[in-house]
Amino acid sequence: MSDAPISGGRSKANLSVPHSAALNKAAEVEGRSLWQDAFRRLQANRAAMASAIVLIVLAVICFAGPLFVPWSYEEIDWDILEAAPPDFEKGHYLGTDSLGRDLLARILQGGQVSFQVGILATAVALVIGVSVGAMAGFIGGRVDQFLMRFVDVMYAVPLMFFIIILMVVFGRNFYLMFLAIGFVEWLTMSRIVRGQTLTLKNKEFIEAARASGGSTANIIIRHIVPNVLGVVIVYVTLTIPQVILLESFLSFLGLGVQPPMTSWGALIAEGAQEMEITPRTLILPAVCLSTTLFCFNFLGDGLRDALDPKDR
Amino acid sequence: MTEPFLQVRDLKVHFPVRTGGILIGRYTPLKAVDGVSFDLNPGETLGVVGESGCGKSTLGRAVLQLVGATDGVVSWLGRDLTSLSKRQLIEARENLQIVFQDPLASLDPRMTAGDIIAEPLLNYRPEMTRAQRRDAVKDMMERVGLLPRMINRYPHEFSGGQCQRIGIARAMILRPKLVVCDEPVSALDVSIQAQVVNLLKSLQREFGLALLFISHDLAIVRHISDRVMVLYLGKVMELANKAALYTNPRHPYTQALLSAVPIPDPSKERNKKRILLTGDLPSPLSPPSGCVFRTRCPKATQMCADKTPSLDTVEMGHIVACHLWNEQ
Amino acid sequence: MSSVLEIDQLTVAFDTPDGTVEAVTDVTLSVEAGECLGLVGESGSGKSQTFMAAMGLLADNGRATGQIRLDGIDLLSANEAKLNTLRGDRIAMIFQDPMTSLTPHMRIGRQLAEVIIEHKNVSKVEARAQALEMLKRVHIPEPERRLDMYPHELSGGLRQRVMIAMALMCEPEVIIADEPTTALDVTVQAQILDVLMEVKDSLGTAIVLITHDLGVVAGLADRVAVMYGGRLVEQGGVSDIFEQPSHPYTQGLLKCTPRLDTDFEALVTIPGQPPNLQNLPPGCSFHPRCPYVFDRCKTDRPKLIEIPGGRSKACHLDTLEAAAQ
Repeated sequence: MSDAPISGGRSKANLSVPHSAALNKAAEVEGRSLWQDAFRRLQANRAAMASAIVLIVLAVICFAGPLFVPWSYEEIDWDILEAAPPDFEKGHYLGTDSLGRDLLARILQGGQVSFQVGILATAVALVIGVSVGAMAGFIGGRVDQFLMRFVDVMYAVPLMFFIIILMVVFGRNFYLMFLAIGFVEWLTMSRIVRGQTLTLKNKEFIEAARASGGSTANIIIRHIVPNVLGVVIVYVTLTIPQVILLESFLSFLGLGVQPPMTSWGALIAEGAQEMEITPRTLILPAVCLSTTLFCFNFLGDGLRDALDPKDR
Repeated sequence: MTEPFLQVRDLKVHFPVRTGGILIGRYTPLKAVDGVSFDLNPGETLGVVGESGCGKSTLGRAVLQLVGATDGVVSWLGRDLTSLSKRQLIEARENLQIVFQDPLASLDPRMTAGDIIAEPLLNYRPEMTRAQRRDAVKDMMERVGLLPRMINRYPHEFSGGQCQRIGIARAMILRPKLVVCDEPVSALDVSIQAQVVNLLKSLQREFGLALLFISHDLAIVRHISDRVMVLYLGKVMELANKAALYTNPRHPYTQALLSAVPIPDPSKERNKKRILLTGDLPSPLSPPSGCVFRTRCPKATQMCADKTPSLDTVEMGHIVACHLWNEQ
Repeated sequence: MSSVLEIDQLTVAFDTPDGTVEAVTDVTLSVEAGECLGLVGESGSGKSQTFMAAMGLLADNGRATGQIRLDGIDLLSANEAKLNTLRGDRIAMIFQDPMTSLTPHMRIGRQLAEVIIEHKNVSKVEARAQALEMLKRVHIPEPERRLDMYPHELSGGLRQRVMIAMALMCEPEVIIADEPTTALDVTVQAQILDVLMEVKDSLGTAIVLITHDLGVVAGLADRVAVMYGGRLVEQGGVSDIFEQPSHPYTQGLLKCTPRLDTDFEALVTIPGQPPNLQNLPPGCSFHPRCPYVFDRCKTDRPKLIEIPGGRSKACHLDTLEAAAQ
């Protein structure tokens, strides 16, 4: 009995023989990770893939487009000085706004700002939210209590006021804006990450990691973070449109980017004022904004389905 | 006779459960483990059996201090684990490992089999290079009956039995001295259970491990243990050598347990005399006075309610907690 | 004795992203009135899916072909409305985990009463009386009190008894018990098996006991069918199967099941893994793990043939005893 080979897997391994060089050389089979599975599922979701493509195209156009447009976003065409319909000869492919600036260039510039704010602010929220959430969830106890009470208090503060005050006190600095927005969005992110961490904390593989000699920091980095990433990715994709919308709202109120810099929200604000005369200046940026928001939301939904925890 | 590795004395693990109070909570202790003592010698297997709520899983975790002890001593190689600092505990864990019940849940779904098995090496052998770690992992995979070239596969790509082998490889890669096996085969098919039990036995022989084998399956425990301990509601009912426990059980609970295990033989199974227990398992929040088993015991007397039985010695190495063990 | 439930050439296939998987292939079984049929198999054997098909509980991507006749009515071709009149009334099912099968927010009494009100059109008072009667039949202590309790207030064993009572409410002809005691402690398991035995004897209900535990089957079943890789490999009376198995898989299962009554130290194993249904071996699905394999087994799939004694087997060997030599 003691010398009988133990069979299992697809080989019969004899325990008394150490590994042979031949086995070492056998080609290692590539595994199929859960991420790959999820990506496959995402690819099957046509709405999500279409949205992703639209977003990429939009982003490329916004960032590379200005190279192809003869006018810049702040240049005033002294010949026109008013909202004029599209004129290909003069290079105004979409016409001009009420001050004679090229509408297409401004829309592209607006897109750049919206995308940048969306992504950067979300990145700020991501870093803070994940750190706080993972720590609170995993360490628990007083750390958790303290952090979460802090989050609760922050929720109670009317965030619009908070941003407005920041803007007023520090001036309308472009970087400050996305810091401010990021600082507001991290709250929900941290709650989500904390919830996910709490679920994970009780899973056996975390206990196994502790039994294998892992320290708290080790476990958070090696095990918790990769496993909350799924939820985080979905939430990030759904936060970006919220941020863009928030920034648009701020710009609409006149608190966002400083002119002549513009964002889609600011363009919509301008366009709204001359809605009856030149609806074009309102509709075009509005369509861009709506499309972007739609696409992010579809993509987020698709990601959520693809990363369905049922399959983990 | 070698010194016992592990000496557990009067171990208690109580969880405070909130049972009332409006502003100020009123807490009642849930006595998961309530005064368990035993020794474990090098190279020996102690089987821990009992049904749900007996505290066996909590006991296994408390020995490794994955769950804190409320009271009692867990003396490992002379040091009391309950009094160690976090850092010292991590050091001690090098020799104290665990294999879990649910093969898939105990593996991080986002890590490859190779990474999972290598994790203890990362923690305790930082001087090893990546290549050395990989070699060690492949060697271990072979020993537990896995194909080394599956090293990059993810847990969901393996079967239940293979996942359990990964878990065993992870537990054994540091050549620990004690491995707690918490229901390691309960979630596996019968034909695979036998393979894994045999694997554990060979590894034990090869590495000279001590095993704390926790299970509700009395038949499996019989195949792997040297001594067996029966728990009920967090207390020891009986502890004996395998032969003594299975052929001459003295505690009514052990007798009922043994008679309840179905025998895969129709004539024997249908004709056997079964000792059926009455009633339900009492809540661990309010265990019965005296002997905790008395509410379901067919032989209970008034004395069982008044006095908690202490552990009597039936013979060398066989102890039982019952007032009536000597009356047949 | 007439057959209460007849399964004829049942095949259950699932559409998965990786292709079609047959969980059950060509299974023909019957259950007589008042008998207990034990259906034994491990993971991937298809034992549960066979009867999920009978109850119309297959997942959305599953398709069943063949016939399943309950007293002559084909369940597979019945529409949802017809199935609803039959399920719970003439054929009932008990599952492994009673906690998830009982509605958590409804009291036990009400859940039990609903079953009979749905099918038999009785008043609420009568339904409650019948519920109480059934709780007594399954020997639940303090049945009046339990009627007004919620599922989470009962222990696992009691919940399983409630499940059995619920299955009995309309006095069905056949009860399908899918791993009814797997999640229970062994002492509680003994009690539940006793209850099932009593139900079979006193009410004459046919029971299909689906399990992987040979000990449970030995105690309760009259006939046994063994499945492997979605197919039937052996069928026969319980004593015959246990004392003289005619299929190497059955023999292997019996040998590797640890038991309390024998003395051997070592556990004999069946080498290899349970089959991957998406990638079944050619010929006999069991051949990679069979100790008696020979060439024909690798190419030719053995059909289920009848052998004397009311048994059948699917194996190329003449007898196991001859092969063992």
